[in-house]
Amino acid sequence: MAVQSNLKNMVVCLTLTCLACSAILGGIYAMTKEPIDQTNAKILSDSIKAVLPDGGELSEVKAAGDLEYYEYTSGDAVSAYAVKSTTSGFGGPLTLMVGVLPDGTVYNTSVLSHTETPGLGAKCTSDPAFMEQWKNFGPDKILAVKKDHGDVDAITASTITSRAYTEAVKQAVDFVKSIAKEAGNE
Amino acid sequence: MNNRLQTFTRGLVKENPTYVLLLGLCPTLATTTSAINGLSMGLATLFVLVLSNMAISAIARFVPDKVHIPVYIVVIATFVTVLQLLMQAYTPAIYSALGVFIPLIVVNCIVLGRAEAFANKHGILDSALDGFGVGVGFIISLTVLGMVREILGTGSVFGWKFITGDGILAFVMAPGAFLCLGYLMVLFNKYLKK
Repeated sequence: MAVQSNLKNMVVCLTLTCLACSAILGGIYAMTKEPIDQTNAKILSDSIKAVLPDGGELSEVKAAGDLEYYEYTSGDAVSAYAVKSTTSGFGGPLTLMVGVLPDGTVYNTSVLSHTETPGLGAKCTSDPAFMEQWKNFGPDKILAVKKDHGDVDAITASTITSRAYTEAVKQAVDFVKSIAKEAGNE
Repeated sequence: MNNRLQTFTRGLVKENPTYVLLLGLCPTLATTTSAINGLSMGLATLFVLVLSNMAISAIARFVPDKVHIPVYIVVIATFVTVLQLLMQAYTPAIYSALGVFIPLIVVNCIVLGRAEAFANKHGILDSALDGFGVGVGFIISLTVLGMVREILGTGSVFGWKFITGDGILAFVMAPGAFLCLGYLMVLFNKYLKK
């Protein structure tokens, strides 16, 4: 090593290294901030589009407790809600976008983010049988997997993920029912 | 020239980071649930390895001995964060699949190990080659391990399903990772490492 380990050299070396690294990071951060925001916004708007009927006006994001939701109006009345709902799955948080009609019917669901096991729980984003059943899931059906005496077909060998998914949908439906009731009372 | 080639090929088999040196096993076990995840993790590590090796070989002469570890870690962490931001911006699908393991490349002992064992004593070109060799070795190890686990666990490879049915689920979980790694290590050391 050419440079001596005295205090001055060490301080100078560490300071310069950290300065240079911070400068690089700042530059890259500024460069990628816009694409990252765009990507995230696109994922969000795509998922909202996927879970709501076509044609209509979408409100700004609204928050109620832990939930974020969007009101969707066609004509004068609110015709549907898109609710962002999070529960804990097998591998970590499972976040869904759930489209719900005011009477409590699930219009469709879409996964925003998950950390489920590939080949098992991760099938909640690819298994057609599991995903299709959420389309027009009526309010008279019970939101629980069949193992728990409900009407939801679980993914094979991924009961925990299926339960978490169902729970997230249930959260969204219960929430919509409660605000739809309030709107009806006014 | 021959030496340069050896610098590169050494990381592939003779000093393969996963099966011979047994370095960086935490990301190895955790991210190889499928072939594509293993491959992406390998590529991410390769990127950091090559750049950090080059940067460290360039600055090593000016770094006092007593603070060399902090300096190397700052350099490595910078490249990892750069990679993380770039992946988040341009390959969000892979970014969300690898999750927490991207920031953990900072503490992957392969990266710091190459900086300590090779880059701070050699030139920039040699260090880049060394990082590239070890990185490719890591990619091969992770992809093979991911493929074996995906085939046994779900009957598919790179997401393409060729066996109907569910597969042996344990191989996608952590215990299967240890089992597969152990057997692959045995095969690797018996047949490839001469």
